[in-house]
This record gives sequence, C-alpha cells and structure tokens, in this order.
Amino acid sequence: MPGNAAVFVTRHLSKVYRMGEVEVHALRGVDLELYPGEFVVLLGASGSGKSTLLNILGGLDVPTSGEVFYLDHNLSAASADDLTRFRREHVGFVFQFYNLIPSLTALENVSLVTEIADHPLDPIEALAMVGLKERINHFPAQLSGGEQQRVAVARAVAKRPDVLLCDEPTGALDYASGKIVLEVLDRVNRELGTTTVVITHNAAIAAMADRIIHISSGEIVEVKCNERKASPSELAW
Amino acid sequence: MVTWKMSALDRKLLRDLWHLRGQLLAVAAIVGCGIGVFLTMRGMYESLVHERADYYTQYRFADVFDNVKRAPESLAKRIATLPGVAAVQTGISLEVTLDVPGLREPATGQLVTIPQTGPALLNQIYIRRGRTVAPNATDEVLISEAFAQANNLEPGSHFEAVINGHWQRLNVVGIAISPEFIYVLRPTSGLPDDRRYGILWMGRNAVEHAFDMAGAFNNVAIALTKNASEADVISSLDRLLDRYGSLGAYGRIDHLSDKIISDEINQDRVYGFLVSGIFLAVAAFIINIVLTRLIATQRDQIGVLKAFGYSNGVVAWHYLKLVLVTLLIGTAMGIPVAYWMGNLLADIYRDFFHFPRLEWSLSPTGLISATAVCLVAALGGAYGALMRAARLPPAEAMLPEPPGRFRPTLIERLGFQRLLSVTTRMILRNLERRPIKALLSVLGIALAVAILVAGRYGVDALDRIIDIQFRAVQREDVMLEFANPRSANVRHAVRHLPGILTAEPFRAAPVRLRFQHRMRRTAILGLSPDGDLRAIVGLDYDRVSLPTEGLLLSAKLAETLGVVPGDRLTVEVLEGRRETSEVLVAGIVNDLVGISAYMTLPNLNRLLHEDATSSGAFVSIDPNLSTELYTTLKRLPTVRGVSVKAAMLANFKEVIARSMQVQTVMNIFFACVIAFGVVYNSVRIALSERGHELASLRVLGFTQREIAVILLGEQALMTAAAIPLGFAIGYGICAGVVAAINATQETFRMPLVLTAQTFAFAFVVVSIAAALSGMMIWGRLRRLDLVAVLKTRE
Ligand SMILES: Nc1ncnc2c1ncn2[C@@H]1O[C@H](COP(=O)(O)OP(=O)(O)OP(=O)(O)O)[C@@H](O)[C@H]1O
Ligand SMILES: [Mg+2]
Repeated sequence: MPGNAAVFVTRHLSKVYRMGEVEVHALRGVDLELYPGEFVVLLGASGSGKSTLLNILGGLDVPTSGEVFYLDHNLSAASADDLTRFRREHVGFVFQFYNLIPSLTALENVSLVTEIADHPLDPIEALAMVGLKERINHFPAQLSGGEQQRVAVARAVAKRPDVLLCDEPTGALDYASGKIVLEVLDRVNRELGTTTVVITHNAAIAAMADRIIHISSGEIVEVKCNERKASPSELAW
Repeated sequence: MVTWKMSALDRKLLRDLWHLRGQLLAVAAIVGCGIGVFLTMRGMYESLVHERADYYTQYRFADVFDNVKRAPESLAKRIATLPGVAAVQTGISLEVTLDVPGLREPATGQLVTIPQTGPALLNQIYIRRGRTVAPNATDEVLISEAFAQANNLEPGSHFEAVINGHWQRLNVVGIAISPEFIYVLRPTSGLPDDRRYGILWMGRNAVEHAFDMAGAFNNVAIALTKNASEADVISSLDRLLDRYGSLGAYGRIDHLSDKIISDEINQDRVYGFLVSGIFLAVAAFIINIVLTRLIATQRDQIGVLKAFGYSNGVVAWHYLKLVLVTLLIGTAMGIPVAYWMGNLLADIYRDFFHFPRLEWSLSPTGLISATAVCLVAALGGAYGALMRAARLPPAEAMLPEPPGRFRPTLIERLGFQRLLSVTTRMILRNLERRPIKALLSVLGIALAVAILVAGRYGVDALDRIIDIQFRAVQREDVMLEFANPRSANVRHAVRHLPGILTAEPFRAAPVRLRFQHRMRRTAILGLSPDGDLRAIVGLDYDRVSLPTEGLLLSAKLAETLGVVPGDRLTVEVLEGRRETSEVLVAGIVNDLVGISAYMTLPNLNRLLHEDATSSGAFVSIDPNLSTELYTTLKRLPTVRGVSVKAAMLANFKEVIARSMQVQTVMNIFFACVIAFGVVYNSVRIALSERGHELASLRVLGFTQREIAVILLGEQALMTAAAIPLGFAIGYGICAGVVAAINATQETFRMPLVLTAQTFAFAFVVVSIAAALSGMMIWGRLRRLDLVAVLKTRE
C-alpha cells in the first residue's frame, strides 16, 4: 500500500490544552501517513492522546501546531465551514461516548446522518448489519450501553464514508456483539475500501489491522505492519 | 397520496418541543400576555384616534369656540367673513337646574340649541334613539346618552327644569350625542357625574323666547379653512367679540371634551407602548434565558450534529424553529386574549366616550410590531447561545462538560463552614460558581416581582386619588354655585338654609393666563384664607396654604406656561369688567387636577375690582336634613349648581374605578402569569441542568428530600434575593409610567404611590408561584429515572 498517495498526512502535529496555568500536551509532534483502504489500529494507554489525534484527523478539532492533510486539503488551515463540508462528505465517526441524540430513536439517529449523505445505505439495513433490526424504534435511554454503541457504529457506516474513525467501538460490547461490530467494520473496509482507524484497548483486535500504531504520551512510539490480516472471525479474547 | 417524510432533525425538534412543553408553554403564555396587552391597548388607541377623526369630520366638529354674554345674530355674518373662517354656527347655551324623577339632589342641565331648520353647520348631533325636536315645540328636548343611561330616561320620559325662573316640564323625545360632548363633564367640576349633569338640546326658537335671547346668541363655533392659522382667527375673533362679553376664543386644545379624549388617547399610547413594552421585554428576556440554557444543555448534541457535517447554519435554524414555534403559539394565545380584553375595554370606554360607534379592533400593524419585537429579542437571545455553541470545536462540545471548578464559598472562607451543612455548602458553591447565571435567574424573578408591583400600582393610585380628592381636598359636603356672583353676605343666607352647618364662600373667575408667548385658559379659584372646607393639597399630602399675595399655580400649569415662583403673569379676566393685570406667581403646588390657579378670596376680589363677592359656597351639612336641603335647593333660582360630594364619590368609584380596576385586574393577571412562568422556568431549567448530578446523588443514597433541598433550596435562595430587587425595579417602572403619563396629560395627575399591601401582594404571589413550581418539580424528582439519567445525558 505505501506507494499510493496517502489519504492522511500529518506533520509535527501538536495539541496543547491549556487549563488556566496548566498545559496538557496531548500530542507532541506526530508524523503519520494513512493510505487508501488501510485498516489501522491505534493503541495506547489512557490519556496518551489517541482520541485527540482521531478528532484532529476527522476535522473535529484543530491542532495547536503542525499540519494535517486529507488528500490535498490542508485541514489545519481550513475554515470551520470547510471542516464541516469535509466531515459531511468524507468522514464517519464512532465516538467513545456514543453521543446519540437522546430525543431520537435508533433509526432516526442513523437517518440524521444518511439524510445529508450522497449515497448512504438504507438506515434499517445499517442497523440490521449491527444486529439491531429489532430495536430500531427504541430511544437511546431504552438501549443498553452496548446497543447504543452499535447504533453509533451503524450511524457511522451508513453514510458510506471515505474514512471511518472509531473511538473504542467495542469498548462496551460483549464478545459476540463485539465480533458483529468488527465484522461490519471489516466488511465496510474491504467492500468499500474505506480507510479505517480504530482506537482500542483490546490488543487482540490489532490482528485484523494492516498496521498497528502505538501512542504514548502524545508521541508515536511504534508502528507495526501485519504480515497477514486476520479476519474478525479468527479473533479471540 | 402524497407522503411527506419528516427529516430526523425535525423529529428531534418535535420531540424537544414536546419534552420542553412545560417551559415553552410558560414562555408562550408570557409572550401571549405581552402581545395581548399590547394589542388591547394598541387596538383601543387606534380605534379612538380613528373614530374621533371620523366623527369629527362626519359631524363637523368645530375648530374654534367662544362664549359671549350676548351678541346679535347679525354678527355671525361678520364672523364668517374673517380670514380663515370656513363656517360659523351660532347658538345659545345655558345651565339650568333640573329636577329629575328619582334623584334626591338637584341636577344641572347644559342647554344647547339646535337650529330651527335643517342640521347644524357645525357640531351636528347624532340621534341614537327617538327623534329630533319639533321645530316650534317649547317643551321638547333631546338628552345626552350618558345622562339618559344614568337616570334611566328614554324617549317619552320627562323631567322638570327651571327655565328662566319658572319650573317647566320637559319631554324627552330623543337620545343624542355630539362631537362636542363625546366626554360629558361639567366644566367647573373636574369629575364626571352623569346622574347629575347632562346635555339638553332644544330648538333655537324655544330657547330664544324662554331666555329673552331673540335674535341673539351666546356661543359660537367656527370651522377653519384648510390653511388658516388658528391663532390668527382666535385673535381676530377676540377683537370682534370682546365687547359682547367674550370669555375668550379657544381652539380644540382647550375644548374640554377633546382635551380629555386626547389625554385618554395619550394614556393608551403610553400604556400600549410602555407597559406592554415592559411585558414584552420580560417575555423576551425569559425566552432569551430559556434558549441560552437549552442550547447549553444540548451542547453535546450540537457537537454530534456538527461532527457529522451539519453546518452551523442548519444547527442554528434547528434551534430557531423552536423559538419560532414558541412565538407562534404565544402570538396565537395573545390574539384571542386581546379580542376578549379589547371588547371588555371598549365596553367600558363606551360608558365614558360617546361615539356613534366605538369598537375595539385588532391592529395589524400592532400585531406585526409586537411579534417583531418578540422575535428580535428571542433571536437575540438565541443568537448569543448559538454563537457560543458554534465557537466550540465539535470534539470539545461532545465531551461531557468538564466538572466545574468549585471552591469554598466566601462564607466558608470567612470561617463559618461549621455552621453550614453539606447540602447548604453545595447550594452556596453552586451559586458562587456561576454568578452570572445565578444573577440572570434572580433578575428574571425580580422582573416578575416588579411587574406584580407595577400591576397593582393602579389600585394604590386610585385609592390615593380618592383619598386626596374626596378627603383631603374636598372637605365640604356640598358645593353650591350661584347663578350670578353675589355679594359676600349671601353667606348668611346660605347659612339659613335647612341643614347647613358651616358655609364658606368662594369665587371662581374664568381667566386667560399669559406668560411670554404661552397662554392657557383656566379659572382662578378664590378661597377664604381662614377656610377649612377646601384645602390645597399636593400629591404627597403636603397641605399648601394660600399665599398672602399673588397666585398659587398647579405644577403642570406652571410647567406649560413656563413660569417659576417670582415670575409675573398676565391675567386676563374673561368676565365682568374684563381687566388685564400682572400678577405674581407666589407658589406652585403639585396637585391632582393639573391646571388650577388659586388665590385668597379678597385678593381675587381685588383683582376683579369688585367688592367682597362670591360665586358659590362650600358647605357642610347635617346629613339628617339633607333631603330637606336638596328639596329647597331645587326650588332656589339663585343656586345654579349643586355638587354633592358623597354622590360624586359614589359615581366616581362606580365609573372611573371600574375602568381602572379592569386595567388593574388585567395587569395583575398577566403579572401572575409572568411570575409563574419565570419561577417555573427557572426551577425546571435547573432540574434539567442538574438532573444528572441529582440522580447520581440519589444513586449514592441521598433521599428524594435531600436532593429536593439542594435543588429547591437554591431556587428559594434566588427567589429571596429577587424579591427586594423586584420591589426596587417595580418602583422604578411605576416612576417611569407616572412620569410618562404626567408629561402628556394635563387634566389629571397620577400620584406616585405604592403601598405596603402592594409589596405584600407581590411577595405572596411570587411565593405561591415558587411553591407551586416547587411542588411540580417535587413530582418530577420522584419520577426521576435514575438509570436513564445515568445512561444518557440530557
Ligand atoms: N478538552 C480538554 N481539555 C484539557 N485537556 C484535555 C482535553 N481533552 C483531552 N485532554 C487531555 O489530553 C490528553 C489526551 O486525551 P485523549 O482524550 O486524547 O486521551 P485518550 O488517549 O483518548 O485516552 P482514553 O483511552 O482514556 O480515551 C489527556 O491527558 C487529557 O486529559
Ligand atoms: Mg479516548
């Protein structure tokens, strides 16, 4: 895959949160390239900066210094409107805290995104993919944490994004439903060639990635390529 | 079949609307009240302006008026040739004493002539019922509507009148109104009394014969040509009529009925704009707070929407729709309220103001401007909140709000922490952490308190007016007016009437006061320096004694003339020898009736170059002999007018108080709605903001009581802080309203008075609103779904 033009390129990416007198260096000079169709797993301790990196890649946040490119768009120099358009046209998110709209049902939460996408999946089909066909009319408060997470995954893939950014998509899931979600991500990655980045604390998931990136204290400390990608069905934890 | 698929975002809107229905309805109700009051007053204002203009044009209300002692009819032709005069109508008008069936006291009729043939050129009458008088009938009259209503007179009724010294029976053939007497008020009395004062229209010939006025007139009305100068016509008329005993020509601005309508219209405008402006401002303020907080509580949802590529514009529009729906509901509530109140008000107005037709109508421009004001304010509030949401990067917006940085409160830092329980500390820290928010909540409740205070102001003002006028100022029981000025020893004659305990003569003389280029017509009242039956009292009960020399003027009169004590005024006496002299302004009194001038009786007699003379007397009577006294007075030709204080007070209370009460009840009703809306919203928002925290506390083992104490304790504290602030703001609002009304109104001054009852009332209503809101929240706390709250963020 290296050799193709990278989808994402970051150069000396830094993010500093300032809270009064205290400065938190969430990212310290990250250089990274992500390639089309790649499945990348981000590993790292809690607080190491994974979510921060993912948010910047997805155009949810802007770096304090350094640059980030999506193809030929310089996201670090983009206006808020440009970032909105970028997210709308290219990115699917699964958030660490699900962030469903509490006043909308599962189906409506998915529709919320498909309605503004160009070639979306049918929302019901997307929910069926994550095994929630029976629960489409439930409100978030009527779903378990894991079910909410699966709705969040369905919401992210339903728009058929070019890049899929998932922050611990299986964090709250049991073994079986975790596998369903991973299969969905794998399928979207393979069939649509979606560049996929998955943050996880579950090292076993790393086996299904093309590359595994380790982050520690805001820096990339290790990048590993898998010789052979395991299929989700082969994983065990 | 056409299917319309609602977008997910609109579904969210509907659900948010439903979820927030209580709060939004409260806001809508406030908007409805604001718009309702505004439209009511605005519609009434426009109706009055419109009806007056129409009535004046259609029934040819004159522009300039004058009264003379007696002038030959041939003079009318000369008046008509004066430059600027378009039409002239002469007539005869006289006051006569009446004996109306069922009325103990004598009444006074203002006799006005109608031309022998055809309609009058000016000041035409509109016959409500019955017919006009037959050309040569000597015993037929048309009577004014208010007098007919007050005394249950109908065409076919009759009463007695002293016509040139003889009692004569007059038959009512019709009930009429005229643009000259839209508001019927006896010039010397200052307060309306429809039972004892009415207009009688009679044929010109009949009056000419009965009063020895053949070929003569004593009043004249003039219509001006389009570009005529009123001032020029007045002065040429004065020159022409001076030797016929003119009382001085005057324009509409000094026309009694027109002046009172103008004052009323002004007052409606002030009310319409100022009072409902305040209502709308409060409504807008609350919309602002609710939206700001709503958007703040939904900041993570805004983050998600933005994360998935919804633009700021779409997100903003989504929340604006919420505002628009609320405003729409509010407006929809306001319109029927306005219809209902407007018609109620018009009903009362019809008792005072006699137009051919007076209806309240919805003012489209008023509706548009009221809605626009609400909209602008609401959008203003939403804009601020949305900008805050838009500025947040979506990543941060989606994070749970960082735990607030609490610190020990001032009280704790001062070392009193031992005195405070944990819950009290939580309450205090929470308030201290977000002082601006707490302040805004306090301000919202304070505004509700303020409106309650201001809403009940009318009651206090009315009580004060009644107390000043009928207790402090008019200390007499009865005021007698003589047919002609009498020498001072008439006092002894008066004393010998049945039932009279004490009598004090007075002298009233019509004058024109001039200072520089400013001029005002009024009457100087000369009072006995040692008298006790009529006092000069300011709005603050400060009793002012008569100056030993010179004039004492009403503050409003002094203001219109631009004089201060020490200035010298030109006084043109408009009767008798019609002297003009310079008189010192010795003092100013801020009294209730705005355009009075007072002197001591001897000083006034000297000014008039007459011996001790009086034109009437104030008397106190023995109530047991009152019937006897009134019967005697009815038969006494030397007494032209009898004003009975108790009767006037009863009438005043019945008529004026009724209208003021309707307005006051209206204000209070709306103020209650606002108070409840504000307090409920404040608590409800606090609950939704802190539901999470409270549920967590419940999970940790706090009882429902304990969390209620935390939530409601905070609200109680804010309400307690808001009440004194609200008192102050309410006082300020009243001061503003009073200043605005008094700036435009001449006939009547509003006293600035707020009683302890009013403050107590505001306190009680807000406390009840707070208690009810607390109870409703208590119910919600019981239903607080701990699991759901912990699973999702509201
Ligand atoms: N809005 C913020 N303000 C201040 N500090 C922040 C903010 N967001 C993140 N941080 C800090 O930045 C660092 C990196 O945070 P980040 O959320 O990227 O960690 P993470 O690797 O995703 O951790 P986890 O696995 O626990 O989700 C942390 O130390 C965190 O406290
Ligand atoms: Mg994270």
